[in-house]
Amino acid sequence: MTEAHRPYTLVAELTYACPLHCVYCSNPVDLARHAATLDTASWLRVLREAEGLGVVQVNLTGGEPLLRQDLEEIVEEAHRLDLYTNLITSGIPLERERLARLRALGLSNVQVSIQDSRPAGSDRIAGTEAFHRKLAVARWVKELGFPLTLNTVLHRENLDHVEEVVALAEELHADRLELANTQYLGWALANRRALIPARAQIEKARSIAAAARTRLEGRMEVLFVVPDYYAEFPPSCMDGWGRRFLVVSPDGLLLPCLLAHTLPDLTFANVREGPLADLWNDSPGMNAFRGESWMPDPCRTCDKRTVDFGGCRCQAYHLTGNAAATDPACTLSPHHGLVEGAREEAVAPGAHLVPFRYRWPRA
Amino acid sequence: MIPATGKPSLAPKARLRFDRISGGDMLLYPERGLALNGTAASILKLCDGDRTVEGIVGELHREYLDRTDDDVRHEVSEFLEDLLKRGLLRVLG
Repeated sequence: MTEAHRPYTLVAELTYACPLHCVYCSNPVDLARHAATLDTASWLRVLREAEGLGVVQVNLTGGEPLLRQDLEEIVEEAHRLDLYTNLITSGIPLERERLARLRALGLSNVQVSIQDSRPAGSDRIAGTEAFHRKLAVARWVKELGFPLTLNTVLHRENLDHVEEVVALAEELHADRLELANTQYLGWALANRRALIPARAQIEKARSIAAAARTRLEGRMEVLFVVPDYYAEFPPSCMDGWGRRFLVVSPDGLLLPCLLAHTLPDLTFANVREGPLADLWNDSPGMNAFRGESWMPDPCRTCDKRTVDFGGCRCQAYHLTGNAAATDPACTLSPHHGLVEGAREEAVAPGAHLVPFRYRWPRA
Repeated sequence: MIPATGKPSLAPKARLRFDRISGGDMLLYPERGLALNGTAASILKLCDGDRTVEGIVGELHREYLDRTDDDVRHEVSEFLEDLLKRGLLRVLG
């Protein structure tokens, strides 16, 4: 392994199961198709071998990781390996005692999602009543001495509430606030017409976030992630394919990103098949979009190819049908019209009447 | 400005970790990591909440004898200010 392909972060998707039904969930839309979840021993081995490969942080995510009864064992092993361990959670279902136990076992940071600053809006997106329980969990996180990350996914219905979200984060003494605009993949692509905002909404929210970042410097880290659809050039998705992030899906697939297994004609290895290092280095799927030889025009001669690594392969496939196409979010893409068309949906008459398709089943 | 008598320590969300692959130290915090050079790592290892900034400068100066006291003081304060802005440092006193 070279530094060019050294993973720093393991994204451990412990389960696709979740009590929430968020309409922008980044899990695949064919949840029910996925095979048996990895057992405890396999996850512990994944942690050990990932650390051996260079991983220093692990994100325990899902679905809802709290639904795993062996979360304690997983946290304990991550701590033994001196990994910085983030729990990425909806906060449901959770008792204060369990959170205290996770603290004692060495969990480093807790990220709680809040869908909106307003209870009705939050519960509407989650498809279940959860807002007040989430706030209680966020308070426990701080009371128990954890750092708190608050994450709100932004879209048409809550972008105008960003100031309130910042105020809520301050009230909860969050250490980090992630204002992450919806990226239109997975369930969010299925709900794009109902979620996509107009440019003016994003610009206003961005300036509010920028002011908050300056005002709260040193106290709260404020992150604002623009949707790819409104960026001039795509960001470096996952810091490039198979470079810095090692994702393991609930059923054990070793992936470069959360949705790579939705791309056709790629073969990803299952961690049950062998040592993680071999699979990371040699699995055909992991090598499919490493380097630059796969790049089409205009990427292959573009100055930005070493910055954005060609953008998001999943976005390319789900919009154009070709995973090796230039990311249509890029203004230089011959398919950029697909993104421009989607932006027009945001301001089309009746845009606010499009119904949600909730994440379902619970998996 | 962090006062010379201030006692810096890492914020609860930040943690130092030795990195076997690079042979250096890393400062880890949620979703991020900073690869530290030797001086930065030496400074942070002295940020224990007991030592003052001036005390840290004194100890570092003994470690880096080829540098002037002012040089070391400047480097320490610049680095700590940067960490403070990132919310990775606490200063008491």
